[in-house]
Amino acid sequence: MKTFRIGGVHPAENKLSAGKAIEVLALPKQAVFPLSQHIGAPAVAIVKKGDKVKVGTKIAEAGGFVSAPIFSSVSGTVNKVDSVIDASGYRKPAIYIDVEGDDWEETIDRSVELVKETSLTPEEIVAKIKEAGVVGMGGACFPTHVKLCPPPGCKAECVIINGVECEPYLTADHRLMLEKTEEVLVGVSLLMKAVKVSTGYIGIENNKPDAIRLMTEKAKNYPGIEIVPLKVKYPQGGEKQLIDAVIRRQVPAPPAIPINVGAVVQNVGTAYAVYEAVMKNKPLFERIVTVTGKSLKNPSNFLTRMGTPMSQLIDAAGGLPEDTGKVIGGGPMMGKALANTEVPICKGSSGVLLMNDKEAARSEAQPCIRCAKCVSACPMGLEPFLLATLSAHKEWERVEKEDIMSCIECGSCQFTCPAHRPMLDYIRLGKGTVGGIIRARNAKK
Amino acid sequence: MNLILVAVISLGVIGLISAVVLFVASKKFAVYEDPRIGEVAEVLPQANCGGCGYPGCSGFAEACVKTGSLEGKLCPVGGQPVMARVAAILGLESTATEPKVAVVRCNGSCEHRPHVTSYDGAHSCAIMNSTYGGETGCTFGCLGCGDCVDACQFNAIHMNPETGLPEVDENACTACGACAKACPRHIIEIRPKGKNNRRVYVSCVNKDKGAVTRKACSVGCIGCGKCVKVCPFEAITLENNLAYIDPAKCKSCRKCEQECPQGAILAINFPPRKPKTEATAETVKETASTAEA
Repeated sequence: MKTFRIGGVHPAENKLSAGKAIEVLALPKQAVFPLSQHIGAPAVAIVKKGDKVKVGTKIAEAGGFVSAPIFSSVSGTVNKVDSVIDASGYRKPAIYIDVEGDDWEETIDRSVELVKETSLTPEEIVAKIKEAGVVGMGGACFPTHVKLCPPPGCKAECVIINGVECEPYLTADHRLMLEKTEEVLVGVSLLMKAVKVSTGYIGIENNKPDAIRLMTEKAKNYPGIEIVPLKVKYPQGGEKQLIDAVIRRQVPAPPAIPINVGAVVQNVGTAYAVYEAVMKNKPLFERIVTVTGKSLKNPSNFLTRMGTPMSQLIDAAGGLPEDTGKVIGGGPMMGKALANTEVPICKGSSGVLLMNDKEAARSEAQPCIRCAKCVSACPMGLEPFLLATLSAHKEWERVEKEDIMSCIECGSCQFTCPAHRPMLDYIRLGKGTVGGIIRARNAKK
Repeated sequence: MNLILVAVISLGVIGLISAVVLFVASKKFAVYEDPRIGEVAEVLPQANCGGCGYPGCSGFAEACVKTGSLEGKLCPVGGQPVMARVAAILGLESTATEPKVAVVRCNGSCEHRPHVTSYDGAHSCAIMNSTYGGETGCTFGCLGCGDCVDACQFNAIHMNPETGLPEVDENACTACGACAKACPRHIIEIRPKGKNNRRVYVSCVNKDKGAVTRKACSVGCIGCGKCVKVCPFEAITLENNLAYIDPAKCKSCRKCEQECPQGAILAINFPPRKPKTEATAETVKETASTAEA
C-alpha cells in the first residue's frame, strides 16, 4: 500500500467520533466573525453597526488577491465592529452580529438535490469560488482561487484531494466523505475542470475502510477520478507528503510549491465547499467541526455556522469535563491550545479537542541523548535537533542553510523525542525569524 | 651522546630558518593599520556588547578613527569618561551626551495583572509571544520568561520573583540596548536618566481600548487622556489608547503622575511628596516654573 517515503510517525488514532453522524448545531445567540480567517491580507468590513444582514450576506470584502471575502452565517443585526481573541491568542478585528431568526439570501439554492452538470467555463468556476470566499478547509486556510491560478510557466497535471485526515481524533472529513459522497465527487470534477486536467486522485488512509469502499463505488460514475487507499502514517495530510504518496514526486525546497511538480492539492472539505459555491450559489459560512476528547461525554461531528463560540459546541457535546487540561483548536498534533472557549469557529476550525490533565501535561525537557529519532521521524528529511539548537542560539544564518524553511511544523520530531525536548517551539521561532530575514532581503533587491 | 647532539643542532637550524622566513614575511606582507585604532581600542571597555551600533569594540575604534569625527558616537558602557579619552587620542572634541538607562514599561505584576491561563512551552519570551497573548489578559505586557535577563552582559537586569517583572539596576545598566532588542514585546525603552536620576514615564504599552485594558490589569494605561490635558509642557501624546511621555519635553513636574486614575505613570527617585495637597500643588508649580526657566 502506498505512503510517503521519508520519516513519519504513528500516533494513537483515537477516532472517537468516527461512528457519529453529522448533527446540525443550533444557531448561536451572537456570531463573531474575525476579519482574518485565512492566510494573506485580512478582509475589510463592509457593514457597520445597525446594518441588517441575512444568512449568506457578504460582510467583508477580500483585502487583496491572496485574501477571501467573509459571509454572514446568520441573519440579524450588526452589533459592533470590534475585536475578539481568536485562535492565535491575540485580539483581532471582528464583526459581531446579533442573531434574529434564520432568513437566507434568495440567491442560495437550499434544495438537497444533487446537481451534476454545469456549463460554466474554467474561468467562471474559479471566479465563483473566489467570490464565495472558499479557502483550504484542512486548517491552513489558503485561499482556494489562488491555488487554482498556476503562476506563469507552471502547468497542472492532476488534482490530488486530501481525504487522509491523518490528525488523531478528528473525523470531520471522514463523515463528510460518508454522508456527502456524491457532492464531494462533483466538487472534485469541478476542481479538475477549473485547472483543465483530466486526472484526479483522492487519497484516503486505510483506517477509513468504509469511506474508501463507498467513494470507490461512487467514483465509477465520474471519469478520471481514482481513489487511492494509503497506509496510515502521520503527517500524510501534508501537501508534500500526499503528493509523494500518491504520484511519487517530490516537491523541491521552498520557494518551490506543489504546482512546480504539476499537482494541485485540495482538501475534501474544500471540494465540498466548491460544490456548494458553484452549484448551489452558497458561499462558505458553515463547516463540519469535530468536538472530541477522552473525557467528553458525547464526542460528535457538528455542522456549525461560522462565528459560533466553541463553548456552544462543547456544551452540545456534553459540557466541559472537570478534568480538562487544555482546549485545542484543531487536532492534537498541529492544533493550538486556546486561551478561552469563547473563540469563534472560523473557516479553518476542523475540530475542538478537550485534552484531560494527563494528556495535556508536558513532560520536563531532558538533555538530548543524540538518539536521532527526530531525524528518522522528520518527513522533510531535516535534522530537527540541530535546527532547534541553532534557533535557541540565534544562529539565523546557519539555520537558514540547514533548510529550516522546509519545515512543515508537523511536530513528528517532538512527538518521538524520548527526552521531551520542545524542539518544534524553537524551530517555529527560527522559521519565523528566518522568514522575516528572507522577506527583508527580497524587499531590498 | 652523538644522537642528542644531532637532534639539538638539526632542530636549532630548522628553528633559525623558520625565524628568518617569518621575519621576512612579516616585513614584506605587513598591512599598514592606523596605530590610533589600537590605542582607541585599548581605552574601550572590551565588552563587545554592540551597544554603540558597531560590531564590537574594535569595530567602534575603527569607525572613530576612520570617520574622523565623534558626532553621534557613544560607547554606552564607558560613557563620558571613555569618550573623553578617545577624543584626547584622536585630538577631537568630545560631544556631551545625556546618560541613559533601560526602563521597563510594564507594571503588571502578578497582583495587578492576574493570570488567566498557564504556559508550559519552552521557557522563552520570544516563543511565548509567537504562541499566544500570554498568561494574563493583557496581550501587550511583560511575559516574564526573562529574555532580557539572558541578553544583559552586565548583570544589570533581574527578574523579581514576587512581581514577575524584570528590574533594572540603574548603577550597572550601561544602556547598551541589548535587553530592548531581546524583548519581543518592545516593553523596554532606553530613556535619558534625567536630572538627579529622576524621571517620569508611562509604565504601560497596552494599546487595547480602556475597558479591555482595565479588565486585564489594574495599572494599565486606559488612554483616558487626562495626563495629556494636565501636562503644561505638551510632553505627552496619546496614540492608539496609549499615552507616551517625550523625555525631551518632560520637565518632571509630576502633575501627570498625580492625575492618572490608573497609577500607570511612574515617577522614579523623587523624594516623597509632602502630605498637604495644597502645598504639593504649589511646590509642583514652583518646580515647574524653575524648570521652565
